[in-house]
Amino acid sequence: MRIIPLSKMIIMPFIVLILVTPFTRAVEIDFNRQIRPILSENCFQCHGPDQTHRKGNYRLDTKEGIFAVGKSGSKNILVRDAKNSEFFHRIEATDQAIMPPIKSGKKLNADQIKLIQQWINEGANYGEHWAFVAPKSSAVPAVTNKQWIKNPIDAFVLNKLDLNNIKPSPQASKEILIRRLTLDLIGLPPSLKEVDDFLRDDSPEAYEKIVDRLLASSQYGERMAMQWLDYARFADSNGFQTDSSRSMWPWRDWVINAYNKNMPFDQFTIEQIAGDMLPNATKSQIIATGFNRNHRLNGEGGLIAEEWRIENVIDRVDTTSQTWLGLTIACARCHDHKYDPISQKEFYQFFALFNNLHESGTLAGNKTGGNTDPVEEIELPLQSEESLKIQLAIKEQEALILKLDGKVDDLIKEWEPTFKAKTKSTDNVWIPLTPINVKSEGGAKFSKLSDGSYLAAGKNPPNDVYTIISPISKGSFSAILLECFPDPSLPNQSLGRFSNGNFVLSKIEAELSSPSLKSPLKISFNKAIADYSQKGWDITNVVGNDSSKGWAVDGPTRRDNTKAMFVSPQLVDIPENATIKISLSHQALSQHNIGRFRIAISSVPGELITLNGIQIPLNVTKIIDIDIQKRSVQQKEELRKYFKTSSFNEYKVASDKLVMLKNNLSESKKNIPGVMVMKEGPVRDTFMLIRGEYDKKGPKVVSGLPSVLPPLPKDKPMNRLGLAYWMADSSNPLTSRVWVNRMWEKFFGYGLVRTSENFGAQSEFPTHPELLDWLATKFVSLNWDMKAMQKLVVMSSVYQQSSNLNPTLLNIDPENRLLARGSRLRLSGETLRDQALSASGLLVNKTGGPSVRPYMPEGVWDETSRYGDLRNYKNDKGEALYRRTMYTIWKRTAAPPTMLLFDAPNREACSVKRSRTNTPLQALALLNEVTYVEAARKLAEKMIREGGNTPDDKLITGFRIVTGRRPDASELAILLKGFHKDYAEFKLKPENAKRFTSLGESPLANTMDIFELAAFTLSANILLNLDEVVNRE
Amino acid sequence: MNAARRWFLKECAQGIGKIALGSLISGGAIAGVSAKKPPIKPKAKNVIHLFMAGAPSQLDLFDYKPQLSKIEGKPIPPSVIGNQRYAFIRSDAAVLGPRFKFSKHGNSGIEIADTLPWLGKIADEVCIVKSMRTDQFNHAPAQIFFNTGFQQPGRPSIGSWVVYGLGSESHNLPAFVVMSTGSGISGGSACWSSGFLPGIHTGVRFRNQGDPILNISSPDGITSNMQRSSIDLIQDLNKLGSQKSFDPEILTRIDQYEMAFKLQTSAPELIDLKSESKQTFDLYGCDPDKPSFARACLLARRMIERGVRFINIYHEGWDAHSDVQGNCRNNCKITDQASSALVMDLKQRGMLDDTLVIWGGEFGRTPMVETSQALGRSLGRDHHPQAFSLWMAGGGIKRGATYGETDELGFHIIKDPVHVRDLHATILHLLGFDHETFSYNLQGLDFKLTGVEHASIVKGILS
Repeated sequence: MRIIPLSKMIIMPFIVLILVTPFTRAVEIDFNRQIRPILSENCFQCHGPDQTHRKGNYRLDTKEGIFAVGKSGSKNILVRDAKNSEFFHRIEATDQAIMPPIKSGKKLNADQIKLIQQWINEGANYGEHWAFVAPKSSAVPAVTNKQWIKNPIDAFVLNKLDLNNIKPSPQASKEILIRRLTLDLIGLPPSLKEVDDFLRDDSPEAYEKIVDRLLASSQYGERMAMQWLDYARFADSNGFQTDSSRSMWPWRDWVINAYNKNMPFDQFTIEQIAGDMLPNATKSQIIATGFNRNHRLNGEGGLIAEEWRIENVIDRVDTTSQTWLGLTIACARCHDHKYDPISQKEFYQFFALFNNLHESGTLAGNKTGGNTDPVEEIELPLQSEESLKIQLAIKEQEALILKLDGKVDDLIKEWEPTFKAKTKSTDNVWIPLTPINVKSEGGAKFSKLSDGSYLAAGKNPPNDVYTIISPISKGSFSAILLECFPDPSLPNQSLGRFSNGNFVLSKIEAELSSPSLKSPLKISFNKAIADYSQKGWDITNVVGNDSSKGWAVDGPTRRDNTKAMFVSPQLVDIPENATIKISLSHQALSQHNIGRFRIAISSVPGELITLNGIQIPLNVTKIIDIDIQKRSVQQKEELRKYFKTSSFNEYKVASDKLVMLKNNLSESKKNIPGVMVMKEGPVRDTFMLIRGEYDKKGPKVVSGLPSVLPPLPKDKPMNRLGLAYWMADSSNPLTSRVWVNRMWEKFFGYGLVRTSENFGAQSEFPTHPELLDWLATKFVSLNWDMKAMQKLVVMSSVYQQSSNLNPTLLNIDPENRLLARGSRLRLSGETLRDQALSASGLLVNKTGGPSVRPYMPEGVWDETSRYGDLRNYKNDKGEALYRRTMYTIWKRTAAPPTMLLFDAPNREACSVKRSRTNTPLQALALLNEVTYVEAARKLAEKMIREGGNTPDDKLITGFRIVTGRRPDASELAILLKGFHKDYAEFKLKPENAKRFTSLGESPLANTMDIFELAAFTLSANILLNLDEVVNRE
Repeated sequence: MNAARRWFLKECAQGIGKIALGSLISGGAIAGVSAKKPPIKPKAKNVIHLFMAGAPSQLDLFDYKPQLSKIEGKPIPPSVIGNQRYAFIRSDAAVLGPRFKFSKHGNSGIEIADTLPWLGKIADEVCIVKSMRTDQFNHAPAQIFFNTGFQQPGRPSIGSWVVYGLGSESHNLPAFVVMSTGSGISGGSACWSSGFLPGIHTGVRFRNQGDPILNISSPDGITSNMQRSSIDLIQDLNKLGSQKSFDPEILTRIDQYEMAFKLQTSAPELIDLKSESKQTFDLYGCDPDKPSFARACLLARRMIERGVRFINIYHEGWDAHSDVQGNCRNNCKITDQASSALVMDLKQRGMLDDTLVIWGGEFGRTPMVETSQALGRSLGRDHHPQAFSLWMAGGGIKRGATYGETDELGFHIIKDPVHVRDLHATILHLLGFDHETFSYNLQGLDFKLTGVEHASIVKGILS
């Protein structure tokens, strides 16, 4: 069974359509339009460009091939004589001789056979594949209704309508037009004031004024970038197993900015493909090349880096060729292309152009996140100020240490007596605590085991805090020892309570209470040592300030006793009858709570203490026993060394501070946003890879371009920069066509070439080939001016037609291939959310910056992600909740659920086309998701505040805000009925009104009647779900 | 209106998602996307795939190799290992014997490790394939490969292919459902993505916490009746709209909202286990109030009863680089009883003949021991793509059988290899599709689950 998608089957009604009209009957069969698609679909697999798998040495993808002499000795196709052509016999056969063979699963239908017969009998005209021939600007055709023509686009479309005796649709209403334009050009609905202004403006330029305003708006760039981010597989994470974070938003902002500046498309192309190789490349031009670093990066343990480096390069080839050329070049990775004249060798020649990046194939910071070289740093002004401050402090500290260095022997003299005394202390070093209370904040239960350890069981809450309260005897306190043990009752029989047996301790705190103390005394810790720390989860995190970090112990793989100590910077006096309260927090990762532990404390001075007791290096003990005068030079030096690095004193404090400052500096450097970019390294040898496998090298190849396309411009080098110029050269038959076609798709729902993702032999022939070529050449002659091209389209009568259907039109042209009407399109997930935020007044209009975290269920990523720094999702607070949807953080392996529901690609790989489905899950999102419920409440507030005095007026206002138009009487009646019913319902159950209106984090307008607000919120919820609102008409 | 409807129905009959309600489909108004007949007479209608993510050790569970015990501690002969690379171990690592005793079970006398006592009880129902192999040896690519036939994300998962081809039997539940327990899934959502198929064929996640399906609950303070009357108003307004714009898609939207409302009652009903007996809970070893693998298995049975077509339950946790014995023991404790109970339960309800149950991971584990002081690992096993085992039961699968053989060290397959692609071809075959011709046209190219490489149906495991 073979299922034919839309793009294929729509050929049929159209063929019927042109056959039945008298005019077209006289037209000769057009090879490119009618015959090549049949051959490509059914024959090229075995008789196409793929040399290795070609059957019977017969090919149908070239002119020579089609008219070649067959085995019988005569030509396979005899011009004007289908009856005697071997080719025709074979497709007509009913026996074993039939082509395509039965086992291929392909079959020509009767119409197709008839077309081929007609084609041969008419003379078997032939043409090169249209998309590989440079577009020519065709003459603008003459038409009947000259008044309708606003620009040449209209003439091309009307000409075809004339041929089919169809009239275009009337112009859409002003309300629809302004909403259509605003959504199309900036991705937001018009405000009520903008609608009113337009309705009032009777001048002939009223419409054009709006177009110009929108094209100049800063939100235009955001709208344009939305599509480009899909092509560029832009995301905020690396993908694959850990799917940790990365920072590519500066590239995303580059794109928005380039669109807003109306950067010409050729420059836009060149900078993104090879901005780094331009002479004296600017920072901005380097950032632009982030386009080809947006691919995934794999960092799974034990991978073979080269394998994944090859995948990176292939991804670049695939993404670049799909984005600019509309070609499926990547099909030639393993074999010659089955349909297009692109050989496997040419694939690797193209590959060679992207193969010279200095990259390993794996990533830096697999679990912690971060960018992978090459990276371009973008220091913001504020940050450079901060780092300057730290650098200054470092200098001061260094000077201080130099000073102390000068008097180090004096310092030692002062320090020695107390130190000596301490070393003589023989107290038990670690004294077990005997707690009177061990409690879990999150509801875990502890049992005390015979060895004095506590075992957690029962509930394992997300981020538990354990508190241990114990009496502590009079004397001094210096440190805590925390011992962790594996237990058979714990997951994986390991040490932690997380399902893999791990834990992450993020913080330890302690305080003393006693009758003599007015308030509890907080004890701080500045040193932490453990006998084992998991890589990236060092024990020192526990005494740091970042609660997202902590100490882990490789619970999944290691199940040994593990201990850690936390040392206070000074000895603490313990008064009589004191108790100590110790708390252990697990804030870093969800459910990573310690499973079984025991606690001891010490009174031995911090500098002497180790995990296993007192430790002073033997040589030091010896030296301090020798009289100062009798020490040798070497002994003095050894003591100095010990003094400086190992023991607490003025000097150590100063040098510790220096270390901390230096850490701060590198930490602040880490926060400087960077962006991964392309950087050309030495030319790597490129080999063909047999069956595309990284370790099966075939012959060596050098950089090159597919021979079916024009050669490199003469003065350009054969490298990535040359490729960029070639891509944006006016001789390239694809670049401009592909771009104008996708622009058309944006405004009409479908491209003039419906297969906007493929312009190769398997593409669909354009519905309006002359218009496509006229637009493509216009684009080049306008110096690739993207705004001008879009203005041209939206100014046309074609674009301004009403999208209403009627039975006749639906019968003749259900898919609007003739463009006798405007298009009615379901809004994208991004636009739906932006529309709701905008209509409600919640939208925060701010361009660019790091991605934000709007409402999504807490920990939404945890069920799919086992590792990585993006677990524990928590939504942001404040403005970040209401930014445009394109700024929502995008985690590749678990993309925002609502965006996926509305057919967004997951951004794992390049995707140039979205489908537009309607599913029940979408309805549930629009009805119930907190984003939309909150937006409804804010819209209701607006209706109440600004909508007039009566419920009627308020509902009319709400209706106008979301559709642009006034509801008619029957519509209003339905809304009113609902409002009154809901109002009465809420009055009966005030609690419900309260709960419903408190959803979302924006404050409640508490001056309003809560029942009225709740009922209007429900009305607004209905408005935001109307088909007319979910669509742009 | 006729033309609109006609066009509409024709498109749907062709399996096009554009105006289909997707994997959530009403059987009434929109014909083409409710249950469809496959081209070949099918043996199974539904699939439950118990995906043991992380890769269970076949040598300690299914593929008994006493020779490994005999030479335990000695390096594996270089002639066996060839130039195979491993993620973490060296190729001269020592051999590790099976960690459990194996016993024969049932009339068929299949050998199964004693740590799988429940599987032993259904030995006569299952077919253990001991000769699986895959191309991938890292978790994420291997899981994606096992689910989509391609190691990179972006292709449709087998569940999506199946619901795309067969449509839905359910009037008010998704056709393809994904559940998970354990600690996350390396391959991520690519494992149940619809790839280039219409997005409606994506697996719908049933979550362990909060709403089982996102946004299924009405907002706080809104009763079901109120939501119903809101939907009624939306429908009334949309009907008025459709008289104006005449757009057939509005009819789709009207159905879409009806379906949404049905789902709001059917999903909570599905996960409400009140109607299940204590006997059933005991059989699965399931606490009805706590998310667990056992609960997911019971839910899977309830879903099949309600017409859900394809169910994935992921259990992650088998990646035993250290202490493979403890790992197997733990994970068997979690999965063995419930997996077997599911088969028993389906059987006693007469649903096993229609339902294909698959149990297994993304690859196997090495006969050699993995030990690493640096990583704190000992007595583990590394990834092994050359040979691994899985079991299947139900719809069209041979009962009480084993298939394929590995060499005496369990390293290489020596008889009847089954590539992941072959398994895909076989699953499609059981559901009534020819993997060679079941394709989707994208960018003008015909894509198949089994890709361009050769794949064949594993006849030897068919009943």
